[in-house]
Amino acid sequence: MLDDFMVRAALAGVGIGATSAPLGCFVVWRRMAYFGEATAHAAVLGVALALALSSPVLPAVILASLAMASAVTLLRGHGYAMDTLLGVMAHTALAAGMVAVSLISDARLDLMAFLFGDILAVSRGDLVVIWGGGAMVLGLIAWQWSNLLISTLNPDLARAAGVDPRTAELWLTLALALVVAVAIKVVGVLLIAAMLVIPAAAARPLARTPEEMAAGAALIGGFSALSGLYAAYILDTPAGPSIVCAASLIFVVTTTVRALKARKTPRI
Amino acid sequence: MTSPVITARDLSIRLDGREVLRNISMTVEPAEIVTIVGPNGSGKSTFLRALIGAVPLASGRVERAAGLRIGYVPQKLALDAALPMTVRRFLSLPRRISDDLVTEAMSRAGVPGLENRQMTDLSGGQFQRVLLARAILERPHLLLLDEATQGLDQPGAAAFYQRIEEVRRDLGCAVVMVSHDLHVVMAASDRVLCLNGHICCEGAPEVVADAPEYRALFGTGTKGTLALYRHQHSHRHDADCEHDHGHGAN
Repeated sequence: MLDDFMVRAALAGVGIGATSAPLGCFVVWRRMAYFGEATAHAAVLGVALALALSSPVLPAVILASLAMASAVTLLRGHGYAMDTLLGVMAHTALAAGMVAVSLISDARLDLMAFLFGDILAVSRGDLVVIWGGGAMVLGLIAWQWSNLLISTLNPDLARAAGVDPRTAELWLTLALALVVAVAIKVVGVLLIAAMLVIPAAAARPLARTPEEMAAGAALIGGFSALSGLYAAYILDTPAGPSIVCAASLIFVVTTTVRALKARKTPRI
Repeated sequence: MTSPVITARDLSIRLDGREVLRNISMTVEPAEIVTIVGPNGSGKSTFLRALIGAVPLASGRVERAAGLRIGYVPQKLALDAALPMTVRRFLSLPRRISDDLVTEAMSRAGVPGLENRQMTDLSGGQFQRVLLARAILERPHLLLLDEATQGLDQPGAAAFYQRIEEVRRDLGCAVVMVSHDLHVVMAASDRVLCLNGHICCEGAPEVVADAPEYRALFGTGTKGTLALYRHQHSHRHDADCEHDHGHGAN
């Protein structure tokens, strides 16, 4: 069964969708959409680094993403607004990464595959990385769930309850870097942030508690992957962007349904 | 607990290279209500945050009683609309809390039956009371309130502080609060600490209201209001206290 590239692609897509979406909830709640993007863009630098040192790509990408995430966390609140800082760093990382990759002339590299992903070329080894990494990320988030929630609500409230918000934040950063590294193959650097944010945003109108939203986001993420792949197969469109479009469509539907409901039954 | 609940010894704090607090020493006894007043930027909130361990100290130290449980109501809790959160779920963070404890704390805080509401749907007064319920859930020895009545009108604030006194009476916890509602808060306090980077003056509300350092910061106007408030709401002070503060001071 795993011999079929479509089956492998579906498994990879569902894995990434279900993993990145709950993490994306924190990205949405903490207003760090750009943070995910900066981390993802740094991955291109990681790829260049790996090529220059002829070392394996995955560890280099994780390292670069982690470095970017840590740098952003450290620089926060030192003179620049967060969105300015992230705007500078995200796009610098992307541009510098692309320049660096092109300078390594002897390396034959399909940059497009990194920018937009190549889910149809997913191998069995990639599947192991995606599901293994995904399980690690979900485990991490589940383990730190309460601490992360209270730190997201208010860092001082966390302190008073005996939770160190910086430690929780560190775990979140690590999980984000991991997701970015394993998701590159599926949706590519440019669309990872979309897979983080859109399913979470689509789940918001349906949820009453944070747990419902995370579960809903995971379902929507997985479903987007399947329907996006199907559409790509039927319409012969690029797979990664089709998955993101599917997620966006679900977002439009849930948001509209919620808006219509709110009009019928005014909330007290 | 008969020993002090929490003690700050010679505490100094620098934020971004600027000295915010200098040589603060104070002790909170069990079941005592201490109010911290001071102008904007005087380091009131920073001091409370230092007590919960959220700010690094430049020097000095904070000594807590062994096994001290702290309930904290932060100055601002801006709940992002993107985060769905029922009151019940909010109260169970970060530890799971039994239904019994939740029900008890909610009624003590004066907001019974709101468990299934969304936090973002609460009115300002309800929100503050839910924060209070959260702070007293685990029967703290020390309750820290940072301008807990922000956004409430004066009767709302007065009712809130009355609620605090009841909580203190029922749970026997010490209370340290920061406030801008000078007259209301001072009337409900055992001790007032006037802060402006350092401790300007401290003592019983009447003493502080008469102190020249306090007047230099706040003028004499609040004293009349303090007297007025006492006459209307003298729920726990002795009768002879009523005659202490003449209006001639103005």
